[in-house]
Amino acid sequence: MKHLLILGAGTAGTMVANRMVRKLSLEEWDVTVVDPDTTHLYQPGLLFLPFGNHEESELVRARGTTLDDRVRWVQRPVLEIDGQARSVQLEGGDRLPFDLLVIASGSRIRPDLTEGLLGDAWQRSVFDFYTLDGAVKLRDALAKFRGGRVVINLVELPIKCPVAPLEFAFLADEFFKRRGIRDDVELTYVTPLDGAFTKPIASKRLGHLLQEKSVKVETEFAVGSVTDHEIVSFDERRVPFDLLVTIPTHSGAAFVERSGLGNELAFVPTDKHSLAAKGLENVFVVGDATDVPASKAGSVAHFEAETLIENLERAASGRELVSTFDGHANCFVETGNGKALLIDFNYDVEPLPGKYPLPGLGPFSLLEESKLNHQGKLAFRWIYWNGLLPGKPIPVPAQMSLAGKEQPAP
Amino acid sequence: MATKVYGGIAVEVDDEGFLKKATEWTPEVAKAIAVEVGIPALTDKHWKVLEFARQDTASSGQSPGPRRIVASAGVSMKELYELFPKGPGKLVARVAGVPKPKACL
Ligand SMILES: Cc1cc2nc3c(=O)[nH]c(=O)nc-3n(C[C@H](O)[C@H](O)[C@H](O)COP(=O)(O)OP(=O)(O)OC[C@H]3O[C@@H](n4cnc5c(N)ncnc54)[C@H](O)[C@@H]3O)c2cc1C
Repeated sequence: MKHLLILGAGTAGTMVANRMVRKLSLEEWDVTVVDPDTTHLYQPGLLFLPFGNHEESELVRARGTTLDDRVRWVQRPVLEIDGQARSVQLEGGDRLPFDLLVIASGSRIRPDLTEGLLGDAWQRSVFDFYTLDGAVKLRDALAKFRGGRVVINLVELPIKCPVAPLEFAFLADEFFKRRGIRDDVELTYVTPLDGAFTKPIASKRLGHLLQEKSVKVETEFAVGSVTDHEIVSFDERRVPFDLLVTIPTHSGAAFVERSGLGNELAFVPTDKHSLAAKGLENVFVVGDATDVPASKAGSVAHFEAETLIENLERAASGRELVSTFDGHANCFVETGNGKALLIDFNYDVEPLPGKYPLPGLGPFSLLEESKLNHQGKLAFRWIYWNGLLPGKPIPVPAQMSLAGKEQPAP
Repeated sequence: MATKVYGGIAVEVDDEGFLKKATEWTPEVAKAIAVEVGIPALTDKHWKVLEFARQDTASSGQSPGPRRIVASAGVSMKELYELFPKGPGKLVARVAGVPKPKACL
């Protein structure tokens, strides 16, 4: 028997495992996922949960129910990969051999990497919303909040869903208006980048949103340390807060670092078109765990999976790999008041206005607010559980298309 | 797109002043861009950072962010902010003639 081993059964690992049991001959191959966590979390829901729009129970499912019966699930943490011996060591001692390996262990927040972030104020007046625990505690704090300075701070890139911090600011504006205390709240978005929007066409079309919603923006602010009432940049600028919503530094899994496979943040150096791990044979990387310059998003994991699955089949039969992944991402961006934008882009093409997925028809509008885009974002949860994870065909092409997009004059 | 003259050399730049072609970069170009962004003289430490940024971009295909620079170029984060005040990620890229570090929107 040959072994396809998948480390991590989140968005990417689950989707790939469920599809590979239908692609490989199961007389020859077994497909195993390793993940210690008993539940699968729908992470996009974490954006809405702090505003009281979702119950925790709506966002999680028992992991077993998301995996095809033919996928073997080993419920243990990975300790280390031994590329030479083609085996993976689990915590507690056992080893799993592999012929093909997929690293799909995602990314995690690392508040410990910023001085003072995990101090006395952590989860009292300083919150994250990238974990279920953090989002729930932030919801409780927001419900009690009576007014003051709310600071939303993106510590450093890359983070997953890079638009989520901005969406949080827009939804916070709506939330405080709905509660009738918007005039008592000062909302500030603090970013290490040189603007809330950094791509020329997007900033031209979307800059007005921040003014409309009275969100102040502090740019080129790289947080060196955090106290219980202010964030301090490396060049000694200070932004005071009453409530800090932090999006901490992200890193890959600890076992990636332990195995000596990661970059400075434990993301795995990966060929950006074929998804093969650089310098390792028969090892692939997918989703947030890679270092490719694409967004860390579920939609990207989905488009990557198309290339990855083709390449796993090819590697299984000793054929040459394809280099078809183009960095395609598409993300709905909530702007509040029941509206959203949609952006669609890849490694080479910045987000452009137009219609998606059908040129001219849409129904979704690119780089433009619409109620329908918001409906699309909400519908995505159903598609995620019922289409994406089980590996059903989703009718959007994996590669980005310029059809339907308005291109700037050269 | 436009052409600008830095250190006597004509180079193609984008709307934000980043070089379009890394191959048009020379140390003279770097010195002149540095002056334009408010760094009057490039010290050995600046050069170490710039050389790392160029090498790393060539081998990895993306411009390094501050954490990556600090991990490999032998300067601390504080120093990096002193060498390239305000936005080191962006300034290093501009002076080193590599693309602006990306965000998606
Ligand atoms: C607030 C928020 C909003 C988001 N919104 C969107 C959105 O609107 N659209 C979108 O496309 N994306 C969105 N995302 C991003 C999306 O959720 C992720 O990009 C996606 O889940 C990545 O998939 P993955 O499989 O790479 O990682 P994950 O889904 O995070 O899975 C990683 C898995 O690896 C496992 N693992 C970790 N360490 C080990 C170990 N040592 N051993 C074994 N297993 C391990 C974990 O338990 C986990 O199950 C959002 C994310 C957040 C946090």
